[in-house]
Amino acid sequence: MAKTISLPFENDICEMENLLSNLETRSGKNHPAEEEIRRIRKELVALKRLRYGNLSAWETVMVSRHSDRPQFMDYSRLAFEDFTELHGDRAFGDDRALRCGLVRIGETKLMLMGHQKGKTLAERRECMYGCAHPEGYRKAIRCMKFAEKFKLPVVCLIDTPGAFPGIGSEERGIAQLIADALKEMALLDTPIICVVIGEGGSGGALGIGIGDRIAMLEHSYYSVISPEGCAGILWKTANEETKPKAAEALRLTSKHCMKLRVIDEVLPEPLGGAHRDHKEMAGTMKAFILRSIRELKQLRGGLLVEKRYEKFRRMGEFLETTV
Amino acid sequence: MSKQPRQDGEVESGLSMSGRPKRGVPEGLWIQCPSCKATIFRKDSEAKFNICPECQHHFYLPAADRIRQMLDDGSFEEWDTNLSPCDPLEFFDRIAYQERIVKEQARTKMKDAAVVGRGYIRGRPVAIGITDFAFMAGSMGSVVGEKLTRAIEAATKLQLPLIIVSGSGGGARMQEGILSLMQMAKVSAALGRFHQAGGLYIAILTNPTMGGVAASWALQGDITLAEPGALIGFAGKRTIWNTVRLELPEGFQTSEFLLSHGFIDRIVHRKDLRTEVARLIDYCQR
Ligand SMILES: [Zn+2]
Repeated sequence: MAKTISLPFENDICEMENLLSNLETRSGKNHPAEEEIRRIRKELVALKRLRYGNLSAWETVMVSRHSDRPQFMDYSRLAFEDFTELHGDRAFGDDRALRCGLVRIGETKLMLMGHQKGKTLAERRECMYGCAHPEGYRKAIRCMKFAEKFKLPVVCLIDTPGAFPGIGSEERGIAQLIADALKEMALLDTPIICVVIGEGGSGGALGIGIGDRIAMLEHSYYSVISPEGCAGILWKTANEETKPKAAEALRLTSKHCMKLRVIDEVLPEPLGGAHRDHKEMAGTMKAFILRSIRELKQLRGGLLVEKRYEKFRRMGEFLETTV
Repeated sequence: MSKQPRQDGEVESGLSMSGRPKRGVPEGLWIQCPSCKATIFRKDSEAKFNICPECQHHFYLPAADRIRQMLDDGSFEEWDTNLSPCDPLEFFDRIAYQERIVKEQARTKMKDAAVVGRGYIRGRPVAIGITDFAFMAGSMGSVVGEKLTRAIEAATKLQLPLIIVSGSGGGARMQEGILSLMQMAKVSAALGRFHQAGGLYIAILTNPTMGGVAASWALQGDITLAEPGALIGFAGKRTIWNTVRLELPEGFQTSEFLLSHGFIDRIVHRKDLRTEVARLIDYCQR
């Protein structure tokens, strides 16, 4: 596979991967290096398992932001068919950071939406690095209402550092549109399935995050604030020392979110992270979505929305004393 | 290029009617108005709704005083006083969250940032929720979310008009992590049901209403009112400045800015709030 940009904690993994691919291209059958290749393969698997099985919170954040990590547009091709994008919020513009469209998995028709961060510099600028403006959420609401009308399940792929913090964003009411989206999603009478595929950054993530089933990819994160933002406030400065501390304190990994009962499921990533095998990751996600739709279809006559209410109603932890 | 603006959600004054010193504001008979810089007799301001008598700047108002100003004398019945925060994340920064809670509770005599209950506004029964900036900047954690949700559910059941007065510096409370974020969803869902049941919700925004609080219940009202000069917005000014590196427009993220951009119905002086709310309730009586 293509050479990946290595993260600081996986230099040895990437070196070994390069060595292996060199050996593999040079050797035919019965090559003297065959034994060596087998040994390296085994070692590599063990090393990845060790490293990726014990990522710190901050390392998880780095994996979730990996530039080769599959993004919304990758999944729209790999996990779904016939992505037909629907543009525009009918009020201001078409937010490229939040995409919506009709899509199929075999016979199952869906409304797909999610954040797109972009890969090349030009695309990233166009997508604002996955930070959506008010018009993005207005478009999402419009497409959700459309899905409700035609009884299409909604699938939301979350991957944003947060809603865009800018002048235009505030002028056009980013808080208002997220508030609107939360209320609409809570009442939407069609199944909603959410998957955090990379970064689950605060209100911008939650704005398409009210679902009947919520999953996180193993090495994604979901947090009330970015580790950088948190470090800046609590330790006055975000640096290489405070960012990992903040990431740890926020309990933002999929494992923690599962423990805090905020999500329903953690979707395992291919060994060494989703960026190492887009197809496998998409396959896992596809299976989760199909299974969720099957389960949710059983809930009729207001039961779906009722259960969604109960799901969020239970969230939070506090002490209640009898007075 | 502009100078870096002040820190997110910092309020301009910490004047409190209960006489506690707040955030470095010295206690004393005289205070300086941060807006017009006039030196004013504390009692003068306190007698006038915690407003600067010179320039009408609205100072911070504790929840207890808000209740006194908004509701008919002695009509307030408080709900859910037995909820207090725990530490689900075992959050640690320079000091442990547990320790922070204990300190804030001792300082404010509140268990958390929200007060909810029912009462009367000029004889009209209402359910009311208030977030108090004094407790951890009015941030929303599990207790705030739960208390508001219960109040909304009670208002739905009792068919009462609902008033929520918001004041929150940062929105969601960092120390409760993702659970704080989910309170936005929880309260929004409850308001969604309240709306479907035909309830009237009047949101009142005070200085400051930011972040996750703005992006949920504060802006989900049938009618949205704001006190003059309140800071209202999503992202903190520093965050925005760090992103765009542009001078922020005059009056950016103030009540007046939101009114002119179409996000609030009315700016209402604190002394008129009670009368205005009563009148709005009458318009919505079926
Ligand atoms: Zn003044």
